[in-house]
Amino acid sequence: MHHLEVAELSASYNETPVLDRVSLAIDKGEVVSLIGPSGSGKSTFLRVLVGLLPPRSGRVLFHGVEVDYRSKSAVRAVRDRFAIVFQQYNLFQNMNALRNVTIAPIKVKGRDRVEVEEEAKVILTKVGLGAKLGAYPDELSGGQQQRVAIARALALKPEILLLDEITSALDPELVNEVLDTIRLLAADGMTMLIVSHEMAFVREVSSKVIFMADGRVVETGPAAEIFDAPREPRTREFVSKILRH
Amino acid sequence: MQTDGAYVIASFFSYYNIVFLLDALVATLLLSLFGCVIGAIAGFMLAISRRSTSLPFLPLRIAAGLFVETFRRVPFLVTLMLIFFIFQFVRLDVSLFIVALASVCLIATAYITEIIRSGLESVHRNQWDAAIAMNLSAAQTLAYVIIPQAWKVVLPPVFSFFILFIKDTALASQIGVVELTYAGKVLNDKGFPASLVFGTILVLYFVLSYPLTRLGAWMEATLAPSRSR
Amino acid sequence: MTYTLQYGQITGYVPYLVGGAWISLQIAFLAFCGGMVIGLFGAMARTFGSSTIARLVRWYVVFITNTPQLVQIYLIFFALPDLGIVFSPYQAVLIGMTINAGAYLTEIQRAGFLSVHRSELEAAETLGMSRMQSVRYVILPHIIRVLFPPLSNQYIMMTLGTSMAAIFGVEELTGRAFNVNATTFRSIEIFSLTALIYVAITFLATVALALAGRFLVRARMRVL
Repeated sequence: MHHLEVAELSASYNETPVLDRVSLAIDKGEVVSLIGPSGSGKSTFLRVLVGLLPPRSGRVLFHGVEVDYRSKSAVRAVRDRFAIVFQQYNLFQNMNALRNVTIAPIKVKGRDRVEVEEEAKVILTKVGLGAKLGAYPDELSGGQQQRVAIARALALKPEILLLDEITSALDPELVNEVLDTIRLLAADGMTMLIVSHEMAFVREVSSKVIFMADGRVVETGPAAEIFDAPREPRTREFVSKILRH
Repeated sequence: MQTDGAYVIASFFSYYNIVFLLDALVATLLLSLFGCVIGAIAGFMLAISRRSTSLPFLPLRIAAGLFVETFRRVPFLVTLMLIFFIFQFVRLDVSLFIVALASVCLIATAYITEIIRSGLESVHRNQWDAAIAMNLSAAQTLAYVIIPQAWKVVLPPVFSFFILFIKDTALASQIGVVELTYAGKVLNDKGFPASLVFGTILVLYFVLSYPLTRLGAWMEATLAPSRSR
Repeated sequence: MTYTLQYGQITGYVPYLVGGAWISLQIAFLAFCGGMVIGLFGAMARTFGSSTIARLVRWYVVFITNTPQLVQIYLIFFALPDLGIVFSPYQAVLIGMTINAGAYLTEIQRAGFLSVHRSELEAAETLGMSRMQSVRYVILPHIIRVLFPPLSNQYIMMTLGTSMAAIFGVEELTGRAFNVNATTFRSIEIFSLTALIYVAITFLATVALALAGRFLVRARMRVL
């Protein structure tokens, strides 16, 4: 049984279709990447999974059990199993790094504060920010903020980590520190769904790559195949365009 | 009453008159202050209901919308008269100050609702996205994330409104509330020359309003520097 | 005293009240125009004038904007006769509102002047425009576009502000409402109707100004 299975998922935003019968499957410990041109629906797909956009049709199955996105409690339950890191980090500006990481476990899961803070310190140290616990977002660089965002996601102990173009808003010299963190997580066996433009990284770290365009899945396959020998013409077009630079 | 000028001025600034004027000044200040505080509390609740999207809240949302759009477009004098006669109609026997205060509250609520609403909206959508994705409830998100960021944008305009309303309280004189303007009319009717009386009243309003205006400017510069150009 | 609300009794007075609304709009308009003239000179004085004149204008603005319009009109209406200058209620209200508006409009126009960036003037200069031309084709349109929303808002606020003319017996909308009230004693009905008429005229004025702003001046304006 797949960890996560999506079948024919469609969604619209204000009457405009943005996802068209998207299907994929992720197994435990897999790192799957979504690539494609802007507007292809990759980020939208992640947003639908986390319940930020309601799906029009299709099914999402977690460990074989279907998720009913129309039910508020089901959406809350599925959010517990995912954690998402956004392109713009979306850190809470009025809280320091530690508080950003601890607020959800304490307020949503009702866990004990001291325990949560200890865990948070460990996670923040793991992403290399042990010395920045009390720093506020406006005191941190983009790369540091994004790592806090990752720590915040990890503190929720998700089953699957969703990463939405997390390096796209960063200055080039800050990208690697974030990618290193992701490499660490992949090595640790974290199940991840990554949307990214960093093709070299995608190729290195993914077991499976999915190419999307115009809200549809065009091609799915192992990283080497998608990049070196794509089957679909659309995929070939995209890949050749990136590889050119 | 054209007797010796110095005598007139001296008798104008008698102990009794000074106390009378100071009492009136306090009444003016309190009218605006209490009105705005209550208006801020009510305004906050209305702002939240105007932003709600769930169905059961819809009638409240519409009512709030109508209330706000109406009372922002009616002159204070008319609102005052309306409240005065409604209180009379329902045989509510309260002091004139309370009648005026009720009117101030209504108008303050209407204006402050919009200030708060725009303040809440000024917090970037992505703060909501992150909070919702982490399963923070709407109430928790407001309490822990949105309001701590929004209040800095909300406080300066609310304070500005409070200062502005100090001037509008002058109209409460028309129903007999003993605030500064009414005090002026009383003294003028007593025979003191209008230039002296109303000149003094203007100065008193100025003394009340100007320092607060400077405080407000400092507040805006400190709390929301991106807004002050 | 109203035992039951009887709107039927006052519907006959609606045309009378609406006529008053028209007068309110006129008073506001006249005061606005006068205020704009004062404001123009005031803004120029504060931006370009000598330090003494600029300071005087600043004191004028600060004093007027920190004191109530009603008391300003009281001063004009009750104090000036002692100096031999007597104004009718309508005149006193108009003059008071004009002087009051002048202060606010000085500040609004000053903000408009300050909003013109150096770079725009330089760009116009490098394109070979004379001073006169750069003012006419670059600066003026820019200022008008920037100032249209706050000026519209000021006019709407002034329309609401005309209601205090009733205190002096002027027969604009609120004044007429008082008259009808004295005749029929249907207070709640009258004042709620008056309130509605104010909402209607301000709403219409807002829409009209927003449309004018969007099409004539390319200023972006909200309605609701």
